[in-house]
Amino acid sequence: MPSNKSVSDAPIAQFTNCRILRDRRLQREDLWVREGKILNPEKLFFDEKGSADIQLDCKGSIIAPGFIDVQINGGFGVDFSMATDDFKSGIDLVSQKILSHGVTSFCPTLVTSPPSVYHQVLPQISVRNGGAHGAGILGAHLEGPFISKEKKGAHPEHCIRTFEAGAFQDLLATYGSLDCVRIVTLAPEIKRSSEVIRELTKRGICVSLGHSVANLSQAEEAVQHGATFITHLFNAMLPFHHRDPGIVGLLTSDKIPAGRRVFYGMISDGIHTNPAALRIAHRAHPTGKAIPVLGPAVGLAAKLPRRVCLPSSGLVLVTDAIAGMGLAPGRHTLGQQVVEIDGLNTYIAGTKTLSGSVATMDACVRHFLEATGCSVETALEAASLHPAQLLGIEHKKGTLDYDSDADFLMLNDSLYVQATYIAGEEVWRQDVLGM
Amino acid sequence: MKLIIQETYGQASEWAAKYIRNRIVHFAPGPGRFFTLGLPTGSTPLGCYQKLVEYHKNGDLSFKYVKTFNMDEYVGLPRDHPESYHSFMWNNFFKHIDILAENVHILDGNAADLQAECDAFEDKIKAAGGIELFVGGIGPDGHIAFNEPGSSLVSRTRVKTLAMDTILANARFFDGDLSKVPTMALTVGVGTVMDAREVMILITEAHKAFALYKAIEEGVNHMWTVSAFQQHPKTVFVCDEDATLELKVKTVKYFKGLMLVHNKLVEPLYSMKETEAESSQSKKPYSD
Repeated sequence: MPSNKSVSDAPIAQFTNCRILRDRRLQREDLWVREGKILNPEKLFFDEKGSADIQLDCKGSIIAPGFIDVQINGGFGVDFSMATDDFKSGIDLVSQKILSHGVTSFCPTLVTSPPSVYHQVLPQISVRNGGAHGAGILGAHLEGPFISKEKKGAHPEHCIRTFEAGAFQDLLATYGSLDCVRIVTLAPEIKRSSEVIRELTKRGICVSLGHSVANLSQAEEAVQHGATFITHLFNAMLPFHHRDPGIVGLLTSDKIPAGRRVFYGMISDGIHTNPAALRIAHRAHPTGKAIPVLGPAVGLAAKLPRRVCLPSSGLVLVTDAIAGMGLAPGRHTLGQQVVEIDGLNTYIAGTKTLSGSVATMDACVRHFLEATGCSVETALEAASLHPAQLLGIEHKKGTLDYDSDADFLMLNDSLYVQATYIAGEEVWRQDVLGM
Repeated sequence: MKLIIQETYGQASEWAAKYIRNRIVHFAPGPGRFFTLGLPTGSTPLGCYQKLVEYHKNGDLSFKYVKTFNMDEYVGLPRDHPESYHSFMWNNFFKHIDILAENVHILDGNAADLQAECDAFEDKIKAAGGIELFVGGIGPDGHIAFNEPGSSLVSRTRVKTLAMDTILANARFFDGDLSKVPTMALTVGVGTVMDAREVMILITEAHKAFALYKAIEEGVNHMWTVSAFQQHPKTVFVCDEDATLELKVKTVKYFKGLMLVHNKLVEPLYSMKETEAESSQSKKPYSD
């Protein structure tokens, strides 16, 4: 059949016999891809009179948007907080290896480090598209050093700093450059944090609250100045208290500015958070997004808020994976610290302080599904749609909407990744031998 | 007229789909020899479309050499609006089968010159050699396509303003909001459908019963435009029990009595999978 497509002659792939995640649900629909983007087949049919060049039978797989990990400190022996000579090849290695976990985009994360590390490492991180070489890099996540000493977790105390003196200038001097920085985690109780948050937000950098002893009003103020994320909810912050819920209280705060949403990261590796806590967070978080209630507003109904709150639309699954992820148990480094891996547990060597995880993103998704009993759609969105919304890139990543980047995964019913695609090209496939 | 009465909506849909399938298979379409099919939209033909898709997926029916002409389309509704007839046909039929986009013809309700669009549609039908089988439905007010009561029985494809009845009936597809329902549509004329070599009308459920009565038991009348087909040489009406509720018992008994003969049109059910040797045997369908 002659090619009569008027828009482009690029080959069109049609993925059939699959269930795709679209419009918040799994639907029996085919997925069409052209030139690295998801294609609208109806438009192709009526406007271009076109049809598919190749048809691929997905044998009933689930097709979901590629996972986006916004907090990953390293893996496979590579530590992003360590300024080594072969840093670039280290980041390349991790970006290639995590394809098998279903991650198609990520934010390499640096824990609290001395300024020299930032000055050496950050210029070596560049925002780049993913492909056969590995997952795409969306920008760095700088977790620290402007955090609370009391909630340092695995971060080295001697590197923790404050920006009380020079506010944003102090921060800039510490990091050296913000060119490829996407997220900054800080403790809002540090004096002048409001100024810093505003400056970062102005530059399009996502501000996250974490490793902090802030109370709820400090957290709310930070949100009002632009903070939109909570770093690993429950971990490294004050526990929920019924008279001062602290940062955790942001889940149900009524002081969030209209039209804004606070997202919260969770490490659902089965270690960092008790499943019951995971469920509390999952059920407690309304969006503030107005979903119009149908029907006339009469009588009492006219006085009630006319919207339905979607549960858990702010939950973002993160791995917080460290260098030891993907390696055998034993000792590994995490920035300036030495950590010990024993099964899924990672502690600061010689202590019981948790320090990152060795969980993979797909394992986090599966654990989240099992622990909360949520729908498959919700679990998949927590690892794809929500991180994309957090970073404001949901128009091209995190969904299978038409014209989005064709970064997607083929999963079986138990949510094990069978194949990973970036820009419509297969970049990883589960070997039949399971390697 | 043949009146085919099946017990349920599902059975009526299946009978209709089988009939269409046999007609296409017998026609033996191929390169340069296209089967031209007129198609309706709405909830009535959905069951029939599902069965046709099933036959295609089983390999029994291919639409590669079928050309389709839809009856109508709303004016002013964006083509990708979920309620446009383009969307309906794509989602319920075209995306599941192997029809070629260039063989699909649906009126463009957003054309700059609407009447020119209608005239061009008539030309396309002529160029395709006329319609082999035009499948249609019936409105509660007895209209065929959007030929509302009062439409000329010799009308051609044109712009029509929709009757209030039709707008109300369609409101359920637009969130119940009358202001959102399109008020005009492009439609094939009664005359256009009468030109087809064969016409099949699907009528199911009780709310169409009175219209069916008016269409076949009363005279030819422009207030019930489907009645025009009383003057077509080859028409099949396929309905379920509920649609016969307003007919005379005598009429229903007569046509039910003919089912033994009429079922020969769908049994045996032919498939495109058969070899040429088998299909060369005589299997001309019964016709009165």
